[in-house]
Amino acid sequence: MMTLLRHPVALALIALLALIILGSTIAIVPETKQGVIVRFGDPKEIINRYQANENFGHTGAGIIWRWPFIDQIVWIDKRVLSVEMERQQVLSTDQLRLQVDAFARYRIVDPLRMYIAAGNEDRVSDALRPILGSALRNELGKRPFAALLSPERGQVMQNIETGLNRVARQYGAEIVDVRIKRADLPDGTPLESAFTRMRTAREQEALTIRAQGAKQAQIIRAEADANAARIYAESYGKDPQFYDFYRAMQSYRYTFAPDRTGQTNIILSPDNEFLRQFQGRR
Amino acid sequence: MRRIFGWMPAIAAMVQGPWGGKNDGPDGDGQKGGGDGGPRNPWTQPGKPSGGQKGPSAIEELLRRGRESFGQGGGGQGGGFGGLPPRASGKALWPIAIGILVVLWLVLTSFHRVGPQERGVVTLLGKYSRTLSPGISLTLPAPFEAVSTVDVEEIRTIDVGSVSAESENLVLTGDQNIIDLAYSVRWNIRNPELYLFQLSDPDATVREVAESAMRSVLASVSLDDALGAGRSSIEQQVEQRMQEILDGYKSGIRIQGVAIKQADPPTAVNDAFKAVSAAQQTAQTYLNEARAAAQQVTAKAQGEAAAFDKVYEQYRLAPEVTRRRMYYETMEGVLSNVDKTIVEGSNVTPYLPLPELKRRAQQAAPAEAATANSTGGQ
Repeated sequence: MMTLLRHPVALALIALLALIILGSTIAIVPETKQGVIVRFGDPKEIINRYQANENFGHTGAGIIWRWPFIDQIVWIDKRVLSVEMERQQVLSTDQLRLQVDAFARYRIVDPLRMYIAAGNEDRVSDALRPILGSALRNELGKRPFAALLSPERGQVMQNIETGLNRVARQYGAEIVDVRIKRADLPDGTPLESAFTRMRTAREQEALTIRAQGAKQAQIIRAEADANAARIYAESYGKDPQFYDFYRAMQSYRYTFAPDRTGQTNIILSPDNEFLRQFQGRR
Repeated sequence: MRRIFGWMPAIAAMVQGPWGGKNDGPDGDGQKGGGDGGPRNPWTQPGKPSGGQKGPSAIEELLRRGRESFGQGGGGQGGGFGGLPPRASGKALWPIAIGILVVLWLVLTSFHRVGPQERGVVTLLGKYSRTLSPGISLTLPAPFEAVSTVDVEEIRTIDVGSVSAESENLVLTGDQNIIDLAYSVRWNIRNPELYLFQLSDPDATVREVAESAMRSVLASVSLDDALGAGRSSIEQQVEQRMQEILDGYKSGIRIQGVAIKQADPPTAVNDAFKAVSAAQQTAQTYLNEARAAAQQVTAKAQGEAAAFDKVYEQYRLAPEVTRRRMYYETMEGVLSNVDKTIVEGSNVTPYLPLPELKRRAQQAAPAEAATANSTGGQ
């Protein structure tokens, strides 16, 4: 022991060695990971496997023992992972095109199967991506365009999820959710024609609004005319003869008013009613 | 044990070179002050006489003494402590240094300050152990317990689309129209453990879920709803749907709100939409004009009718006289303004002063010449 104390370098090396052995004997399993213990290439045990309805603090996470240098641990993510599909062009039954972005969320529920079938999470994603794409194309391609936008989309997603889950299970994964992120009309002709349709619809609306306005205006004017006629009739109808006279007088004044353009010459006969008194007869 | 210790000195001898010995110190120090000549020391001023009676500079002195204390201790792993001055007794310092380090390590990794808006999630060797409330808390030191603090109050915002004109976020509506949409989602963390442990990329997940939820809600509403009246209901539906999806992931995230900042027709069709509002204005103009005219017509009718009624009232009291009076007054008014010719006898051909008429016609506007011809009387 004394020799050892006289050689602190040796002490340090021993400590280092002890640390290495300890480090390779114990492993810390975080809550976010599950692992497969592999002994000489042979998977022996699964640690911290995902269980539905587990509570954190009561999972398999924590410290575990393993054989140093013999047991290897393959870490696999325990969390919900995402696989994003490349943009797909989907052709609906009515030959309309839709550009679709979708994503799926999955979780590895069987780490051992996943390790054997794929090796790591990335390869699971790589395997799921094209399948998600083709499932989406197939499923959406069975429907008319309008149905792709309507609430029926929920059922479509369900079908895709079921199809995708079948494949995912081979990789020890479980699809949590499949969703369409974006659904757009492709650039170019489809988008342009949609714009044209919108534009013409608006133009039609504008014309309709203007015509309706004109119609309403005409009705308002007619109602006013009718109303005026009624007022006149009510008033003048009390004595049509007097009205005739009264109106004639007004009319004369108006017609022969000095500010009218054009000169007026009147040739009167003495028989005229106005000149009745001219002749002094009774 | 013995066997291991047996070859220990050999190793010690092997590594002696870089660690201890005469001609070196710790790596970094070796570069700085390794030599004993004064002028080579970068810390001394080259201009001043440095070597002389003062000897090496203070730092060099320090290093030297450190090295001496090292030598007494017999080298060791605490190479970095070469700079510490020796104790008065001249005994080794490094056990104390290690002790200080241990205390520092304990203090720094065991005490955790969790802010009022934060929670600290404690994992004991990877396993979730507890969540710390705000305040100062004590945990086991570093390799055993680890704390990740999560801000649970902060409202995070995700913006999708933009209100600027150059970039458009086109969204299809239920009636297969397209709108340009910009919205933001506010969210915070409801459950820090779930947030940390459940999703591999929570922030990206919220964004994707937001886009998905917004588009699926918009796919069930019409263009007009999306542009105007239905906005608040859309916001609510999106919020609800996002929450459902995120709860399905057990994400520990709460959606605080969804706000549609802009929902406009795309620029390509914007003019047509403007034409509609222009048409609405025009239609309104038509109606206003018609109403004004209607008022005029009605008022005129009422006025004339009232005038007639008044006159008629008086007329009824004395019909014959009133009638005569009105007749004469009117005739006066009319005939006083015009040229009059009275022709006696019914068989006389009236002489029309045609040249005179022509002259007058020329004075008047040519178009109105014809009216000058009017002859008449009652």
